[in-house]
Amino acid sequence: MQYAMFIYESAADLAKRNDPQAADSYWGSWSSYIKALSEAGVMVGGNGLQPYQTGTTLRLQNGKRHVQDGPYADSKEQLGGYFILEVADLDAALDWAARCPAAPNGAIELRPVLPPPSGL
Amino acid sequence: MNEDARRPLPLDVAEAADRAARVSYGRLLAYLSARARDVAKAEDALADAFQAALKSWPVAGVPDNPEAWLLTAARRNLDHAARHGKVRAAAAPALAWLQDEIAARGGDGFPDERLKLLFVCAHPAIDPAARAPLMLQTVLGLDAARIASAFLVSPAAMGQRLVRAKTKIRDAGLRFAVPESDELADRLEFVLDAIYAAYGSGWDAIAGADPRQRGLTEEAIWLARLVVGLLPNEPEARGLLALMLYCESRKAARRDADGRFVPLAEQDIGLWSRDMIGEAEAALRAAAGMGRLGRYQLEAAIQSAHAQRGLIGRTPWHGIATLYEGLVRLSPTVGALVGRAAAVAEAEDAAKGLALLADIPAAAVADYQPYWALSGHLLLKLDRSAEAADSFRRAAGLSEDPAVRAFLLEKIFS
Repeated sequence: MQYAMFIYESAADLAKRNDPQAADSYWGSWSSYIKALSEAGVMVGGNGLQPYQTGTTLRLQNGKRHVQDGPYADSKEQLGGYFILEVADLDAALDWAARCPAAPNGAIELRPVLPPPSGL
Repeated sequence: MNEDARRPLPLDVAEAADRAARVSYGRLLAYLSARARDVAKAEDALADAFQAALKSWPVAGVPDNPEAWLLTAARRNLDHAARHGKVRAAAAPALAWLQDEIAARGGDGFPDERLKLLFVCAHPAIDPAARAPLMLQTVLGLDAARIASAFLVSPAAMGQRLVRAKTKIRDAGLRFAVPESDELADRLEFVLDAIYAAYGSGWDAIAGADPRQRGLTEEAIWLARLVVGLLPNEPEARGLLALMLYCESRKAARRDADGRFVPLAEQDIGLWSRDMIGEAEAALRAAAGMGRLGRYQLEAAIQSAHAQRGLIGRTPWHGIATLYEGLVRLSPTVGALVGRAAAVAEAEDAAKGLALLADIPAAAVADYQPYWALSGHLLLKLDRSAEAADSFRRAAGLSEDPAVRAFLLEKIFS
């Protein structure tokens, strides 16, 4: 079964990406986690994301285009990346979520991937 | 909620209810379940009795014997359920008897049926994944949300698992009885396995192995003490108690002042708990005197050997390797195989340990963190540093404990 793992990182963790003191251990944690996922045959795909300030949002409202910079959501945790995992069940997905480097300070959300509608 | 309910309870009432819940919950529930032969209904009846107590005690005062009061109230609730056909018909005579029994004893003490409840929770007909959670909920009164978190299961799924198990107990008519002596040892193994499942694992002989404990160590040790108390002549129960106490005795030594991970070989033995080691030694000695060796006694003996460093200043690795040899023969789990490789590497040489690791099937260790931690150490000893870094990275990626992860990553960068 496939699960999407959404990784909400704390502001303090995200700041480590560019902190010369902390960057090595930050990226080391992530590369080892990704290695463990891949070599256990669990990883289907995924990406880390640039900070939310780099995002751009589009809405079509009443035929009008609205493009905005951001979002600039004011929240302690930010979506820092996502993985798609192939595992037996939710228990197995939770077991991997507990090992995620963002888990001690952030939050990990798991959602089953929606299968394609039948007939397609 | 009305004003009354929100007002804090008088201290003595809250305390009495709390004490009754902590000390007696499991005893009351075991007693009621054994009579009703229905754990879920007994739980409901007892929960309602506690609710009634919180309403009645502040007004009428705390009864002289709170347990008897709760038992009578719960029994009344069960009667009510029985009249409305909510308890299986077969239980009706037992309920009637229960009423007589309470009357006869005048509520003065009632038999301890928790052992029977433990055997029902760990019955072979119950889903193995539900056994430990069921024990924690029924015997200790732990709430389902906490149990779900400890076992890394969604609260909804854990709720379903517990309900299914209780339905099975009722519908299959599982006997609330201590098994006959010819099958006692086999059935006890299921009970002990479930208690150890609540503990997680305590192995820390491999530097940087993440034990991934569940935060239920006190509860697991409490349950093991209960079984030892109720079945004093079963050596494996004492073995399990000793095993967990040895592992727990080193808890304070596993972190330095800055919260960094400290591997076993570098731990300050002054931080080991002498009380726990003493209790563990006594339990293991008593078990050995019974002349029936088993898996938990062997595992406890291995931990006892590690505790020797506190006395003789070194770790008897040859002895530990021999004990692992016995354990692998008795119970060849991945944990035992990796533990043996670690012990052989220390007692003889790293290459031999590595060869033992290579014999373990790859599929069994794809997500088994201690294997990769040990592999890293042995490769490093053999000056194969690139491969060692690879193993340490994999071990770090499989770690849940951030302090262990940091310890392993430092091995790569240093």
